[in-house]
Amino acid sequence: MSLTDLSAVELLDRLDARHVTSTEVVQAFLDRIERYDRRIGAFLRVDREAALDQAAAVDRKRQAGEALGRLGGLPVAIKDLLATQGEPTTCASRMLEDFRPPYDATVIARLKAADGVILGKTNMDEFAMGGSTENSAFRLTRNPWDTTRIPGGSSGGSAAAVAAAMAPLSVASDTGGSIRAPASWCGVVGLKPTYGRVSRYGLVAFASSLDQIGPLARTVEDAALLLEVLAGHDPRDSTSVDRPVPNYTSSVGRPLERLRLGIVPELFGDGLDAEVAAAVRVAVDVYRSLGATVQEVSLPHGKYAVATYYIIAPCEASSNLARYDGVHYGYRTDAQKAAARLEAERKALEQAGDRAGLDNLDTALVRMYRQTRSEAFGPEVKRRIMLGTYALSAGYYDAYYLKAMKVRRLVREDFDRAFEQVDLIAGPVTPMPAYPIGEKVNDPLAMYLCDVYTACTNLAGIAGLSIPCGFSSRGLPIGLHLQAPAFEEERLLRGAAMYQRATAWHTRRPSLDGE
Amino acid sequence: MNKPYAIIIGLEVHVQLLTSSKLFCGCSTAFGAAPNTQTCVVCTGTPGALPVMNRQAYLLSVKAALGLNCQIARLTKWDRKNYYYPDLPKGYQISQYDMPLSRDGHLDIPDPEQEGQVRRIRIIRAHLEEDAGKSMHDEVAGKADSRIDLNRAGTPLLEIVSQPDLRSPAEAKNYLTELKLLLNYLGVSDCNMQEGSLRVDANINLHVATPEGNVATPIVEVKNMNSFRAVERALAYEAQRQWELWQETGQRIGDVPKQTRGWEEEAQITRPQRSKEESSDYRYFPDPDLAPVTISEDAIAHVRQSLGELPADLRTRLVGQFGITPYDSDVLVSQGRPLVDYFIAAAEACRDGKAAANWVQQSVLRVLNERQMPIEQFPVPPAELGRLIDEVQSGKMETSRGREVLAEMLATGKSAAAAIDALGIVQVDEADLETLCAELLASNPKVVDDLKQGRLKAAGALIGQAKKRNPNVNATRVREICLQLVQRM
Repeated sequence: MSLTDLSAVELLDRLDARHVTSTEVVQAFLDRIERYDRRIGAFLRVDREAALDQAAAVDRKRQAGEALGRLGGLPVAIKDLLATQGEPTTCASRMLEDFRPPYDATVIARLKAADGVILGKTNMDEFAMGGSTENSAFRLTRNPWDTTRIPGGSSGGSAAAVAAAMAPLSVASDTGGSIRAPASWCGVVGLKPTYGRVSRYGLVAFASSLDQIGPLARTVEDAALLLEVLAGHDPRDSTSVDRPVPNYTSSVGRPLERLRLGIVPELFGDGLDAEVAAAVRVAVDVYRSLGATVQEVSLPHGKYAVATYYIIAPCEASSNLARYDGVHYGYRTDAQKAAARLEAERKALEQAGDRAGLDNLDTALVRMYRQTRSEAFGPEVKRRIMLGTYALSAGYYDAYYLKAMKVRRLVREDFDRAFEQVDLIAGPVTPMPAYPIGEKVNDPLAMYLCDVYTACTNLAGIAGLSIPCGFSSRGLPIGLHLQAPAFEEERLLRGAAMYQRATAWHTRRPSLDGE
Repeated sequence: MNKPYAIIIGLEVHVQLLTSSKLFCGCSTAFGAAPNTQTCVVCTGTPGALPVMNRQAYLLSVKAALGLNCQIARLTKWDRKNYYYPDLPKGYQISQYDMPLSRDGHLDIPDPEQEGQVRRIRIIRAHLEEDAGKSMHDEVAGKADSRIDLNRAGTPLLEIVSQPDLRSPAEAKNYLTELKLLLNYLGVSDCNMQEGSLRVDANINLHVATPEGNVATPIVEVKNMNSFRAVERALAYEAQRQWELWQETGQRIGDVPKQTRGWEEEAQITRPQRSKEESSDYRYFPDPDLAPVTISEDAIAHVRQSLGELPADLRTRLVGQFGITPYDSDVLVSQGRPLVDYFIAAAEACRDGKAAANWVQQSVLRVLNERQMPIEQFPVPPAELGRLIDEVQSGKMETSRGREVLAEMLATGKSAAAAIDALGIVQVDEADLETLCAELLASNPKVVDDLKQGRLKAAGALIGQAKKRNPNVNATRVREICLQLVQRM
């Protein structure tokens, strides 16, 4: 058995027992990246030397008998929107192609302090906007189970890296399903923690009130381990919550007794693929067989989740992305060319005697902004900036943003009521298994509708997790969505782990050598 | 003043709070550092960085708002004001839109028309926001680089918005003066206009009396006024301009969009600013990076207790306690609390408030002005000044001699008693004084003749001679004695 077949917890046992060194482990994953990532495209950058140096440093500490952090030399792949000091952090955008943050995100600092070894940065939809990773400005990421299909998004690189065993662990972000959907499509475990559980400091913002950082891994235990490192209060993030972090790894093995599992009948209606629906129902039966009682609950406002999400997220994004104006950092258009073109336009208008045209002509500054943003943002990012700008504009604010915020409160109240009756809510993560690359590129609405089951979790600010629960007839992974009340990650992980122990879906691996 | 119109003015004042660090990060707010040295990832808007509120800035704002008699909101929140400008690195300013930290207050200001009367100016709201950076441009756009200094970006600003209750440029100036004084007393802001820690925008229009009733003219916002005097002049200019424009065009409010004009100090005129700079939709929405701020009634009461004595109360107390005139009290209070404390100590030492007020205003303030010195550095302690005043009031020396004593104290650091000794000042015995006067009259028959004939001015010559023979003589006494002696002749 190769090192890369082992789970993070298994690797850590071997590291701690000194059966293997961090350098060997990291080298094994680097080799695998070398071998397969040309085809998969999970990583935007891999820094072999830095990773091996870091691994060697951990090995020296271990040999010297020094206390080691929780990750003890395990490699981790990082979604490329988490600030890493002095290293490119591109958000898969031309805009930040050359951007090197002068600081580490809090989660990066925590990973380093825990002796995690950073393998590299993973691909994503530009600024985390998208559900297929096709919106990356730099490369396509393929689903390791079927390389003609998308890995999901926006954290497609992270999910594909873990699924293809090019990393045992990955840190990504989830704004409306960006961890859980790719986890489901790539057959791995992905957890979106409660809003405020993990510091967002250093996460390049997409939609600040929805973004949350979380782990991707091949097993629930591995996700528990990584969450334990990531979670905790951070005085630099005013929205992070000062609550103790439970010891997830020690409790994850304890099954939930007398579990009350909720299912939402309205989620099994139109638009849900039959194979996905069947797999989820079978998963619910597994819980029954484990002693859980299953109860129907209602989330009456869930049907507005996508519409609500696609108001709030773009509104926040339009403001969060205003800073990319070519002035302070990131891409700037060729100012001289822009000025020359502007001058030519002015002359033409003057010759034509077009007074109105001259009045409306950009100033040099406005032209610089316009050109910079036109050239460096991709179409989906532009679409969302326009949506959000429109929805926040005078005269539309009440009808869109304010209304959406009201619905958001109703969604949260739906969950509050549901969780009075049940401990966890189970359902599908995505309406269908991974779809072919290119299928929805020209149909943004169809792509947005894939968030129908996951966006609620972010709107409500609660915790959600995707765990493999079966395969389609084409051999594509299907995920089971579990949701828990705010700050009940421990319950969520224990509930997922009891399912994982009763099933073997998580042990299947994609065959990468077949082609 | 019987103009056929009333001037309607409302002011928006931004003051920089006296915090040591910025509103949402730990960077220093000190003025005058090299460009871009007081910045961090937060105030430069670096991707991923997040703001954390400076509670001290919030509490200082609450203090100012309480001083302005405002209602304090138990819950307030932060909003983003979205606009593009190179000195605004995030592309939005964190401000407060519909739930300001305070509202509905007032400030009493001296009525410029009626001495001793006050006018109550209502305050709509006072809210907190972050400042932008500073742009330095060359005049020709596109031809040269613009430079940005972000040291100021993120500095806490309190915006205080008045109702349009001000009725003249003079009232506007009094409002600003009173506001600045209040904020100084509260320790909220130094309100230094040169360093940009106080900035004023004014909204002004006219209510013209016409046969069909009062008609409002279009509101104009005036910006770019760099001193209180500039505000007064700009508003006077603008009122006159609007009056002429009304006579010319008859334009009423609503007929044209609100205009923004900039005051041009050199030309002493206002000029329209480019229309593109005015029309903005700021797309305000709650900042999702910051939690709403709450404050308990107890905490508000605690801040209220820390306000100390406010200028208006202090003025009244000085008049009542020390018997000085309202005018003198106003002059003293306007100089700030430390000077008032000096006055009080001196007045208590000499038990003569009026005399102390005169000495502080005429001698102490003159020296402070000459030496560009704050009262805290004035070398003569108030108790010593009080002793000197006491000596003068008791008739030991004239006021002019007393000033010489003070000069000696300032020059040498001597106590009042030591300085009086050093100048050889002793009170001249009454009998000696009579002898001296008799001698002078005897040797000046011409003067005696003049005096007998009622030409009293002639006594001046005797005083001069007396002073030459003994510098300690009291001129008034010399004159009195000489006249008495002549009468008896």
